[in-house]
Amino acid sequence: MKKEKILISGNEAIGEGAIQAGCFFYAGYPITPQNELTAYMAKRMLQEKRVFIQAESEISAINMVLGASAAGFRAMTSSSSPGISLKQEGLSYLAGCQLPAVIVNIMRAGPGLGNIFPAQSDYFQATKGGGHGDYYCIVLAPFSVQEAFDFMFFAFDLADKYRNPVMILGDGFLGQMVEPLTVKFQIPNSKYQIIKKDWALTGCKKRAPNIIKSFYLKQKELEKFNLLLQKKYKTIKRRETRWQEIDVEDARIILVAYGTMARIAKGVVRKLREKGKKIGLIRPITLWPFPQKAFLKNPKARYLVLEMSYGQMVEDVKLALEGDKNVEFLGRAGGGIPTEEEIIRRVK
Amino acid sequence: MTEKIIISGAGGQGVMLLGRVIAEVALNENKFTSWLPSYGAEVRGGSAFCMVVVSDEEIPSPYIEKADTLIVFNKPSLEKFISWLKPEGLLLVNSSLVPKLNPNKNIQILSFPLTEIAVKLGNIKVANMVALGIYLKRKKLFDIKTVFKTIKKITLSDKKNLIDINIKAIKEGLNLI
Repeated sequence: MKKEKILISGNEAIGEGAIQAGCFFYAGYPITPQNELTAYMAKRMLQEKRVFIQAESEISAINMVLGASAAGFRAMTSSSSPGISLKQEGLSYLAGCQLPAVIVNIMRAGPGLGNIFPAQSDYFQATKGGGHGDYYCIVLAPFSVQEAFDFMFFAFDLADKYRNPVMILGDGFLGQMVEPLTVKFQIPNSKYQIIKKDWALTGCKKRAPNIIKSFYLKQKELEKFNLLLQKKYKTIKRRETRWQEIDVEDARIILVAYGTMARIAKGVVRKLREKGKKIGLIRPITLWPFPQKAFLKNPKARYLVLEMSYGQMVEDVKLALEGDKNVEFLGRAGGGIPTEEEIIRRVK
Repeated sequence: MTEKIIISGAGGQGVMLLGRVIAEVALNENKFTSWLPSYGAEVRGGSAFCMVVVSDEEIPSPYIEKADTLIVFNKPSLEKFISWLKPEGLLLVNSSLVPKLNPNKNIQILSFPLTEIAVKLGNIKVANMVALGIYLKRKKLFDIKTVFKTIKKITLSDKKNLIDINIKAIKEGLNLI
Protein backbone atom coordinates (compact mmCIF):
# COMPACT_ATOMS: atom_id res chain seq x y z
CA MET A 1 0.00 0.00 0.00
CA LYS A 2 1.25 3.49 -0.90
CA LYS A 3 2.28 6.00 1.70
CA GLU A 4 0.00 8.99 2.04
CA LYS A 5 0.63 12.44 3.47
CA ILE A 6 -2.33 13.64 5.50
CA LEU A 7 -3.15 16.42 7.94
CA ILE A 8 -3.99 15.01 11.34
CA SER A 9 -3.86 16.11 14.98
CA GLY A 10 -1.38 14.67 17.45
CA ASN A 11 -4.19 13.03 19.40
CA GLU A 12 -5.56 11.29 16.31
CA ALA A 13 -2.07 10.27 15.18
CA ILE A 14 -1.50 8.59 18.54
CA GLY A 15 -4.77 6.70 18.07
CA GLU A 16 -3.97 5.56 14.54
CA GLY A 17 -0.44 4.62 15.61
CA ALA A 18 -1.79 2.51 18.46
CA ILE A 19 -4.25 0.71 16.18
CA GLN A 20 -1.60 -0.06 13.60
CA ALA A 21 0.73 -1.23 16.37
CA GLY A 22 -1.84 -3.84 17.33
CA CYS A 23 -3.60 -2.22 20.27
CA PHE A 24 -6.55 -4.54 20.81
CA PHE A 25 -8.12 -2.95 23.87
CA TYR A 26 -8.66 0.71 24.70
CA ALA A 27 -10.45 2.08 27.75
CA GLY A 28 -10.62 5.79 28.50
CA TYR A 29 -12.57 8.58 30.07
CA PRO A 30 -12.93 12.04 28.48
CA ILE A 31 -10.72 14.95 29.51
CA THR A 32 -9.38 17.96 27.61
CA PRO A 33 -6.91 18.24 25.85
CA GLN A 34 -6.85 14.56 24.84
CA ASN A 35 -10.52 14.07 23.94
CA GLU A 36 -9.83 13.67 20.21
CA LEU A 37 -7.80 10.56 21.01
CA THR A 38 -10.67 8.90 22.88
CA ALA A 39 -13.08 9.97 20.13
CA TYR A 40 -10.78 8.59 17.44
CA MET A 41 -10.52 5.25 19.24
CA ALA A 42 -14.30 5.12 19.70
CA LYS A 43 -14.67 5.21 15.92
CA ARG A 44 -11.64 3.30 14.67
CA MET A 45 -11.46 0.46 17.21
CA LEU A 46 -14.97 -0.61 16.28
CA GLN A 47 -14.14 -0.43 12.57
CA GLU A 48 -11.29 -2.84 13.26
CA LYS A 49 -13.53 -5.05 15.40
CA ARG A 50 -11.51 -4.44 18.52
CA VAL A 51 -12.55 -3.30 21.97
CA PHE A 52 -13.29 0.31 22.89
CA ILE A 53 -14.76 1.14 26.28
CA GLN A 54 -15.67 4.54 27.61
CA ALA A 55 -15.22 3.67 31.24
CA GLU A 56 -17.13 5.26 34.12
CA SER A 57 -13.92 6.73 35.49
CA GLU A 58 -10.17 6.97 34.90
CA ILE A 59 -9.58 4.45 37.67
CA SER A 60 -11.79 1.86 36.13
CA ALA A 61 -10.20 2.46 32.70
CA ILE A 62 -6.69 1.71 33.92
CA ASN A 63 -7.88 -1.39 35.77
CA MET A 64 -9.65 -2.65 32.65
CA VAL A 65 -6.34 -2.20 30.86
CA LEU A 66 -4.69 -4.28 33.58
CA GLY A 67 -7.22 -7.04 33.00
CA ALA A 68 -6.85 -7.00 29.20
CA SER A 69 -3.07 -7.00 29.51
CA ALA A 70 -3.14 -9.95 31.93
CA ALA A 71 -5.11 -11.85 29.30
CA GLY A 72 -2.34 -11.21 26.78
CA PHE A 73 -3.81 -8.37 24.72
CA ARG A 74 -2.08 -5.15 23.74
CA ALA A 75 -3.95 -2.62 25.86
CA MET A 76 -3.91 1.13 26.27
CA THR A 77 -5.53 4.04 28.07
CA SER A 78 -5.13 7.80 27.78
CA SER A 79 -5.92 10.86 29.83
CA SER A 80 -4.60 14.24 30.86
CA SER A 81 -2.87 15.29 34.06
CA PRO A 82 -5.63 15.10 36.74
CA GLY A 83 -6.87 11.88 35.17
CA ILE A 84 -3.36 10.41 35.14
CA SER A 85 -3.12 11.11 38.87
CA LEU A 86 -6.20 8.95 39.34
CA LYS A 87 -4.57 6.16 37.37
CA GLN A 88 -1.45 5.97 39.54
CA GLU A 89 -2.65 3.07 41.67
CA GLY A 90 -3.30 1.05 38.52
CA LEU A 91 0.11 2.00 37.15
CA SER A 92 1.80 0.77 40.29
CA TYR A 93 -0.11 -2.52 40.07
CA LEU A 94 0.80 -2.92 36.38
CA ALA A 95 4.46 -2.43 37.29
CA GLY A 96 4.13 -4.75 40.28
CA CYS A 97 2.46 -7.46 38.18
CA GLN A 98 4.98 -6.92 35.37
CA LEU A 99 2.21 -6.29 32.88
CA PRO A 100 2.74 -4.43 29.61
CA ALA A 101 0.48 -1.46 28.85
CA VAL A 102 0.65 1.90 27.13
CA ILE A 103 -0.58 4.99 28.95
CA VAL A 104 -0.85 8.33 27.15
CA ASN A 105 -0.69 11.58 29.13
CA ILE A 106 -1.46 14.73 27.14
CA MET A 107 -0.49 17.15 29.87
CA ARG A 108 -2.40 20.22 30.98
CA ALA A 109 -1.43 22.70 33.65
CA GLY A 110 -1.82 21.97 37.36
CA PRO A 111 -1.77 21.48 40.28
CA GLY A 112 -5.27 20.34 41.16
CA LEU A 113 -7.77 20.79 38.38
CA GLY A 114 -5.50 23.54 37.05
CA ASN A 115 -6.57 24.50 33.56
CA ILE A 116 -6.55 23.04 30.08
CA PHE A 117 -3.54 24.96 28.75
CA PRO A 118 -0.55 22.93 27.59
CA ALA A 119 2.15 22.21 30.18
CA GLN A 120 4.93 19.79 31.04
CA SER A 121 4.33 19.80 34.76
CA ASP A 122 3.92 16.02 35.14
CA TYR A 123 7.57 15.19 34.44
CA PHE A 124 8.28 14.20 38.04
CA GLN A 125 5.16 12.06 38.24
CA ALA A 126 5.94 10.31 34.95
CA THR A 127 9.64 9.68 35.41
CA LYS A 128 10.00 9.02 39.14
CA GLY A 129 7.42 6.29 39.50
CA GLY A 130 4.22 8.21 40.09
CA GLY A 131 2.40 5.65 42.18
CA HIS A 132 3.64 3.86 45.28
CA GLY A 133 6.56 1.44 45.39
CA ASP A 134 9.93 1.13 43.71
CA TYR A 135 9.06 1.12 40.06
CA TYR A 136 9.52 3.03 36.84
CA CYS A 137 7.52 3.50 33.69
CA ILE A 138 9.41 3.85 30.44
CA VAL A 139 8.55 7.38 29.29
CA LEU A 140 8.63 8.51 25.65
CA ALA A 141 8.33 12.16 24.62
CA PRO A 142 7.35 12.72 20.96
CA PHE A 143 7.81 16.25 19.61
CA SER A 144 5.85 16.11 16.35
CA VAL A 145 2.69 14.54 15.00
CA GLN A 146 4.88 12.14 13.00
CA GLU A 147 6.68 11.01 16.15
CA ALA A 148 3.40 10.77 18.05
CA PHE A 149 2.37 8.17 15.45
CA ASP A 150 5.72 6.40 15.12
CA PHE A 151 6.37 6.12 18.85
CA MET A 152 3.23 4.04 19.40
CA PHE A 153 4.89 1.05 17.71
CA PHE A 154 7.97 1.60 19.83
CA ALA A 155 5.85 1.95 22.99
CA PHE A 156 3.90 -1.29 22.54
CA ASP A 157 7.06 -3.19 21.61
CA LEU A 158 8.95 -1.91 24.65
CA ALA A 159 6.00 -2.68 26.91
CA ASP A 160 5.81 -6.28 25.70
CA LYS A 161 9.54 -6.79 25.62
CA TYR A 162 10.07 -5.72 29.23
CA ARG A 163 6.59 -6.49 30.58
CA ASN A 164 6.43 -2.94 31.87
CA PRO A 165 4.04 0.03 31.53
CA VAL A 166 5.16 2.62 28.96
CA MET A 167 3.97 6.20 29.10
CA ILE A 168 3.70 8.58 26.16
CA LEU A 169 4.18 12.06 27.60
CA GLY A 170 2.96 14.91 25.43
CA ASP A 171 1.60 18.36 26.13
CA GLY A 172 -1.66 19.93 25.01
CA PHE A 173 -0.04 21.52 21.95
CA LEU A 174 1.18 18.17 20.71
CA GLY A 175 -2.27 16.66 21.16
CA GLN A 176 -4.14 19.54 19.56
CA MET A 177 -1.86 20.65 16.77
CA VAL A 178 -2.53 19.45 13.26
CA GLU A 179 0.37 18.87 10.90
CA PRO A 180 1.31 16.55 8.05
CA LEU A 181 1.81 12.87 8.79
CA THR A 182 3.27 10.41 6.34
CA VAL A 183 1.40 7.20 6.90
CA LYS A 184 0.68 3.92 5.21
CA PHE A 185 -2.88 2.85 5.92
CA GLN A 186 -1.96 -0.79 6.06
CA ILE A 187 -4.16 -3.51 7.43
CA PRO A 188 -3.45 -3.06 11.12
CA ASN A 189 -1.81 -5.84 13.01
CA SER A 190 -4.65 -7.77 14.57
CA LYS A 191 -2.72 -10.75 15.88
CA TYR A 192 -3.86 -11.56 19.39
CA GLN A 193 -0.42 -11.96 20.93
CA ILE A 194 2.07 -10.06 18.83
CA ILE A 195 4.90 -11.30 21.02
CA LYS A 196 4.29 -14.75 22.51
CA LYS A 197 3.22 -14.33 26.12
CA ASP A 198 3.69 -17.58 28.03
CA TRP A 199 2.81 -15.80 31.24
CA ALA A 200 -0.63 -14.56 30.12
CA LEU A 201 -3.89 -15.79 31.65
CA THR A 202 -5.32 -17.60 28.68
CA GLY A 203 -6.99 -20.58 30.35
CA CYS A 204 -4.71 -23.27 31.83
CA LYS A 205 -6.08 -26.34 30.12
CA LYS A 206 -3.14 -28.67 29.41
CA ARG A 207 -0.61 -26.47 31.17
CA ALA A 208 0.30 -25.37 34.68
CA PRO A 209 -1.70 -22.34 35.86
CA ASN A 210 -0.14 -18.89 35.48
CA ILE A 211 -0.41 -16.51 38.40
CA ILE A 212 -0.25 -12.73 38.03
CA LYS A 213 0.07 -10.83 41.29
CA SER A 214 1.89 -8.01 42.98
CA PHE A 215 1.38 -9.35 46.48
CA TYR A 216 4.29 -11.02 48.29
CA LEU A 217 3.43 -11.58 51.90
CA LYS A 218 6.81 -12.96 52.89
CA GLN A 219 9.52 -10.40 53.46
CA LYS A 220 12.28 -12.18 51.52
CA GLU A 221 9.98 -13.01 48.65
CA LEU A 222 9.18 -9.34 48.01
CA GLU A 223 12.81 -8.34 48.23
CA LYS A 224 13.71 -11.02 45.70
CA PHE A 225 11.02 -9.72 43.39
CA ASN A 226 12.09 -6.11 43.84
CA LEU A 227 15.69 -7.01 42.98
CA LEU A 228 14.40 -8.68 39.85
CA LEU A 229 12.58 -5.47 38.89
CA GLN A 230 15.69 -3.40 39.58
CA LYS A 231 17.72 -5.70 37.33
CA LYS A 232 15.15 -5.17 34.60
CA TYR A 233 15.32 -1.39 35.02
CA LYS A 234 19.12 -1.53 34.70
CA THR A 235 18.78 -3.43 31.43
CA ILE A 236 16.27 -0.89 30.14
CA LYS A 237 18.61 1.96 31.06
CA ARG A 238 21.47 0.30 29.23
CA ARG A 239 19.59 -0.61 26.09
CA GLU A 240 16.70 1.75 25.54
CA THR A 241 17.93 5.27 26.25
CA ARG A 242 17.23 7.55 23.29
CA TRP A 243 17.90 11.19 22.55
CA GLN A 244 18.49 13.58 19.67
CA GLU A 245 21.34 16.04 19.58
CA ILE A 246 22.02 18.94 17.27
CA ASP A 247 25.37 20.73 17.00
CA VAL A 248 26.51 19.68 20.47
CA GLU A 249 30.25 19.08 19.90
CA ASP A 250 31.46 22.65 19.48
CA ALA A 251 28.62 24.40 21.33
CA ARG A 252 29.32 26.98 24.03
CA ILE A 253 25.68 26.87 25.09
CA ILE A 254 23.40 23.84 24.84
CA LEU A 255 19.63 24.00 25.14
CA VAL A 256 17.89 21.01 26.75
CA ALA A 257 14.21 20.49 26.03
CA TYR A 258 11.65 17.83 25.13
CA GLY A 259 8.25 17.77 23.43
CA THR A 260 6.83 21.06 22.13
CA MET A 261 9.51 22.98 24.02
CA ALA A 262 12.16 21.17 21.96
CA ARG A 263 10.57 22.36 18.70
CA ILE A 264 10.87 25.95 19.82
CA ALA A 265 14.43 25.30 21.04
CA LYS A 266 15.33 23.72 17.70
CA GLY A 267 14.07 26.83 15.91
CA VAL A 268 16.24 29.00 18.18
CA VAL A 269 19.32 26.85 17.49
CA ARG A 270 18.72 27.08 13.74
CA LYS A 271 18.27 30.84 13.89
CA LEU A 272 21.32 31.57 16.07
CA ARG A 273 23.61 29.11 14.27
CA GLU A 274 22.95 31.04 11.06
CA LYS A 275 24.29 34.09 12.88
CA GLY A 276 27.40 32.16 13.91
CA LYS A 277 26.49 31.51 17.54
CA LYS A 278 27.90 28.24 18.90
CA ILE A 279 24.68 26.77 20.21
CA GLY A 280 23.35 23.22 20.35
CA LEU A 281 20.39 21.17 21.50
CA ILE A 282 19.93 17.98 23.47
CA ARG A 283 16.42 16.57 23.18
CA PRO A 284 15.68 13.61 25.47
CA ILE A 285 13.36 11.18 23.68
CA THR A 286 13.19 8.73 26.58
CA LEU A 287 12.59 10.80 29.70
CA TRP A 288 13.00 7.62 31.71
CA PRO A 289 15.56 6.28 31.27
CA PHE A 290 17.05 9.78 31.13
CA PRO A 291 19.83 10.13 28.54
CA GLN A 292 22.66 10.97 30.92
CA LYS A 293 25.27 9.96 28.36
CA ALA A 294 24.18 12.77 26.07
CA PHE A 295 25.79 15.21 28.48
CA LEU A 296 29.21 13.52 28.50
CA LYS A 297 30.08 14.82 25.07
CA ASN A 298 30.38 18.43 26.10
CA PRO A 299 30.06 18.69 29.89
CA LYS A 300 31.80 22.05 30.14
CA ALA A 301 29.29 23.97 28.02
CA ARG A 302 26.70 26.31 29.48
CA TYR A 303 23.38 24.48 29.68
CA LEU A 304 19.96 26.13 29.48
CA VAL A 305 17.07 23.81 30.34
CA LEU A 306 13.71 24.84 28.87
CA GLU A 307 10.46 23.47 30.22
CA MET A 308 6.77 24.21 30.24
CA SER A 309 6.96 23.83 34.02
CA TYR A 310 8.76 25.51 36.88
CA GLY A 311 11.78 23.22 36.75
CA GLN A 312 11.54 19.43 36.84
CA MET A 313 13.76 17.90 34.14
CA VAL A 314 16.41 20.44 35.13
CA GLU A 315 17.13 18.25 38.17
CA ASP A 316 18.01 15.28 35.96
CA VAL A 317 20.27 17.51 33.88
CA LYS A 318 22.09 18.58 37.04
CA LEU A 319 22.51 14.93 38.04
CA ALA A 320 23.83 14.08 34.58
CA LEU A 321 26.37 16.91 34.82
CA GLU A 322 27.16 16.11 38.45
CA GLY A 323 26.47 19.60 39.65
CA ASP A 324 24.58 22.78 38.87
CA LYS A 325 27.43 25.20 38.20
CA ASN A 326 26.74 25.48 34.49
CA VAL A 327 23.01 24.71 34.44
CA GLU A 328 20.40 27.42 33.99
CA PHE A 329 16.64 27.17 33.74
CA LEU A 330 13.84 28.94 31.92
CA GLY A 331 10.28 27.74 32.30
CA ARG A 332 6.63 28.75 32.44
CA ALA A 333 3.37 26.87 32.88
CA GLY A 334 -0.29 27.54 33.43
CA GLY A 335 -1.00 29.65 30.37
CA GLY A 336 2.22 30.82 28.79
CA ILE A 337 5.22 28.94 27.50
CA PRO A 338 8.76 30.25 27.03
CA THR A 339 8.78 32.08 23.70
CA GLU A 340 11.51 32.14 21.07
CA GLU A 341 12.17 35.77 21.94
CA GLU A 342 12.57 35.02 25.67
CA ILE A 343 14.93 32.14 24.97
CA ILE A 344 17.10 34.23 22.65
CA ARG A 345 17.27 36.95 25.29
CA ARG A 346 18.47 34.42 27.87
CA VAL A 347 21.00 32.84 25.54
CA LYS A 348 22.75 36.13 24.80
CA MET B 1 9.02 32.07 3.28
CA THR B 2 7.15 31.69 6.55
CA GLU B 3 3.60 32.99 6.90
CA LYS B 4 1.90 33.06 10.30
CA ILE B 5 -1.83 33.57 10.35
CA ILE B 6 -4.21 34.10 13.25
CA ILE B 7 -7.91 33.73 12.47
CA SER B 8 -10.51 34.69 15.03
CA GLY B 9 -14.25 35.16 15.27
CA ALA B 10 -17.37 33.86 16.91
CA GLY B 11 -17.96 30.13 17.14
CA GLY B 12 -19.99 29.19 14.05
CA GLN B 13 -18.38 31.73 11.71
CA GLY B 14 -16.13 29.09 10.21
CA VAL B 15 -12.90 30.24 11.83
CA MET B 16 -11.57 26.72 12.38
CA LEU B 17 -12.54 25.54 8.91
CA LEU B 18 -10.87 28.50 7.24
CA GLY B 19 -7.62 27.73 9.06
CA ARG B 20 -7.89 24.07 8.27
CA VAL B 21 -8.48 24.76 4.57
CA ILE B 22 -5.36 26.96 4.39
CA ALA B 23 -3.32 24.20 6.06
CA GLU B 24 -4.75 21.56 3.69
CA VAL B 25 -3.89 23.73 0.67
CA ALA B 26 -0.36 24.19 2.03
CA LEU B 27 -0.06 20.42 2.42
CA ASN B 28 -1.17 19.89 -1.17
CA GLU B 29 1.47 22.34 -2.33
CA ASN B 30 4.09 20.36 -0.39
CA LYS B 31 4.80 23.12 2.08
CA PHE B 32 5.38 22.68 5.79
CA THR B 33 2.29 23.61 7.73
CA SER B 34 0.70 23.48 11.18
CA TRP B 35 -2.77 24.31 12.42
CA LEU B 36 -3.47 24.89 16.09
CA PRO B 37 -7.05 25.35 17.27
CA SER B 38 -8.08 27.09 20.45
CA TYR B 39 -9.60 24.35 22.53
CA GLY B 40 -11.08 26.03 25.58
CA ALA B 41 -14.72 25.90 26.53
CA GLU B 42 -15.64 27.18 23.06
CA VAL B 43 -19.33 27.22 22.21
CA ARG B 44 -21.41 28.48 19.30
CA GLY B 45 -21.51 32.24 19.64
CA GLY B 46 -18.52 32.29 21.98
CA SER B 47 -15.09 33.20 20.69
CA ALA B 48 -12.86 30.87 18.72
CA PHE B 49 -9.48 31.24 17.11
CA CYS B 50 -6.85 29.20 15.35
CA MET B 51 -3.25 29.64 14.33
CA VAL B 52 -1.89 28.50 10.98
CA VAL B 53 1.74 28.47 9.92
CA VAL B 54 2.81 27.88 6.33
CA SER B 55 6.51 27.65 5.55
CA ASP B 56 9.22 26.38 3.21
CA GLU B 57 11.10 25.17 6.27
CA GLU B 58 10.35 22.94 9.23
CA ILE B 59 8.04 24.76 11.66
CA PRO B 60 9.44 25.18 15.17
CA SER B 61 6.27 26.15 17.01
CA PRO B 62 2.64 25.93 16.00
CA TYR B 63 1.99 28.70 18.50
CA ILE B 64 2.20 32.20 17.02
CA GLU B 65 3.67 35.05 19.02
CA LYS B 66 3.63 37.62 16.21
CA ALA B 67 1.38 37.17 13.20
CA ASP B 68 1.97 38.19 9.59
CA THR B 69 -1.75 38.11 8.96
CA LEU B 70 -4.74 38.56 11.22
CA ILE B 71 -8.22 37.71 9.97
CA VAL B 72 -11.05 38.79 12.28
CA PHE B 73 -14.75 38.20 11.92
CA ASN B 74 -16.07 40.18 14.88
CA LYS B 75 -15.18 43.05 17.20
CA PRO B 76 -14.01 41.10 20.29
CA SER B 77 -11.56 39.21 18.05
CA LEU B 78 -10.08 42.44 16.75
CA GLU B 79 -9.66 43.78 20.25
CA LYS B 80 -8.08 40.57 21.50
CA PHE B 81 -5.58 40.00 18.70
CA ILE B 82 -4.69 43.37 17.16
CA SER B 83 -1.57 43.65 19.34
CA TRP B 84 -0.38 40.26 18.06
CA LEU B 85 -0.01 41.59 14.52
CA LYS B 86 3.50 42.43 13.30
CA PRO B 87 4.21 45.96 12.10
CA GLU B 88 3.44 46.03 8.36
CA GLY B 89 1.23 42.98 8.92
CA LEU B 90 -2.01 42.35 7.05
CA LEU B 91 -5.32 42.84 8.85
CA LEU B 92 -8.41 41.45 7.13
CA VAL B 93 -11.58 42.64 8.82
CA ASN B 94 -15.22 41.66 8.53
CA SER B 95 -16.72 45.15 8.48
CA SER B 96 -20.24 43.71 8.82
CA LEU B 97 -19.47 43.15 12.48
CA VAL B 98 -16.57 45.53 13.08
CA PRO B 99 -18.16 48.85 12.13
CA LYS B 100 -15.46 51.37 12.94
CA LEU B 101 -11.78 50.88 12.46
CA ASN B 102 -9.25 53.47 13.55
CA PRO B 103 -6.83 54.25 10.73
CA ASN B 104 -3.41 52.76 11.40
CA LYS B 105 -0.46 53.49 9.14
CA ASN B 106 1.67 50.70 10.58
CA ILE B 107 -0.46 47.89 9.22
CA GLN B 108 -2.17 47.04 5.96
CA ILE B 109 -5.93 46.95 6.37
CA LEU B 110 -8.42 45.20 4.13
CA SER B 111 -11.98 45.72 5.25
CA PHE B 112 -15.00 44.07 3.61
CA PRO B 113 -18.55 43.29 4.78
CA LEU B 114 -17.89 39.54 4.64
CA THR B 115 -21.12 38.51 6.34
CA GLU B 116 -23.28 40.68 4.07
CA ILE B 117 -21.48 39.40 0.99
CA ALA B 118 -22.06 35.82 2.13
CA VAL B 119 -25.75 36.50 2.71
CA LYS B 120 -26.03 37.93 -0.82
CA LEU B 121 -24.37 34.79 -2.17
CA GLY B 122 -27.09 32.79 -0.48
CA ASN B 123 -25.37 31.25 2.55
CA ILE B 124 -24.23 33.26 5.58
CA LYS B 125 -21.81 30.49 6.50
CA VAL B 126 -19.47 31.15 3.56
CA ALA B 127 -18.18 34.48 4.91
CA ASN B 128 -15.02 32.55 5.77
CA MET B 129 -14.53 31.48 2.15
CA VAL B 130 -15.02 35.05 0.92
CA ALA B 131 -12.21 35.99 3.32
CA LEU B 132 -10.12 33.13 1.91
CA GLY B 133 -10.54 34.49 -1.61
CA ILE B 134 -9.43 37.97 -0.56
CA TYR B 135 -6.49 36.54 1.35
CA LEU B 136 -5.38 34.36 -1.55
CA LYS B 137 -5.49 37.25 -3.99
CA ARG B 138 -3.54 39.54 -1.68
CA LYS B 139 -0.80 37.15 -0.56
CA LYS B 140 -0.52 34.97 -3.69
CA LEU B 141 1.00 32.11 -1.67
CA PHE B 142 -0.89 29.37 -3.45
CA ASP B 143 -2.05 28.32 -6.88
CA ILE B 144 -5.81 28.94 -7.01
CA LYS B 145 -6.28 25.61 -8.79
CA THR B 146 -4.84 23.81 -5.75
CA VAL B 147 -7.34 25.64 -3.57
CA PHE B 148 -10.35 24.47 -5.59
CA LYS B 149 -8.94 20.95 -5.82
CA THR B 150 -8.42 20.92 -2.04
CA ILE B 151 -11.97 22.10 -1.33
CA LYS B 152 -13.33 19.26 -3.45
CA LYS B 153 -11.03 16.73 -1.83
CA ILE B 154 -11.70 17.57 1.83
CA THR B 155 -15.46 17.98 1.58
CA LEU B 156 -17.17 15.01 3.22
CA SER B 157 -19.10 12.73 0.89
CA ASP B 158 -22.51 13.71 2.30
CA LYS B 159 -21.71 17.43 1.98
CA LYS B 160 -20.69 17.49 -1.68
CA ASN B 161 -23.67 19.74 -2.46
CA LEU B 162 -21.84 22.53 -0.60
CA ILE B 163 -18.78 22.56 -2.85
CA ASP B 164 -20.31 24.96 -5.40
CA ILE B 165 -21.32 27.65 -2.94
CA ASN B 166 -17.91 27.54 -1.26
CA ILE B 167 -16.08 27.88 -4.56
CA LYS B 168 -18.43 30.67 -5.57
CA ALA B 169 -17.59 32.48 -2.32
CA ILE B 170 -13.86 32.10 -2.87
CA LYS B 171 -14.24 33.48 -6.42
CA GLU B 172 -16.26 36.41 -5.06
CA GLY B 173 -13.41 37.16 -2.65
CA LEU B 174 -10.84 36.92 -5.42
CA ASN B 175 -12.76 39.51 -7.42
CA LEU B 176 -13.08 42.00 -4.56
CA ILE B 177 -9.50 43.28 -4.81
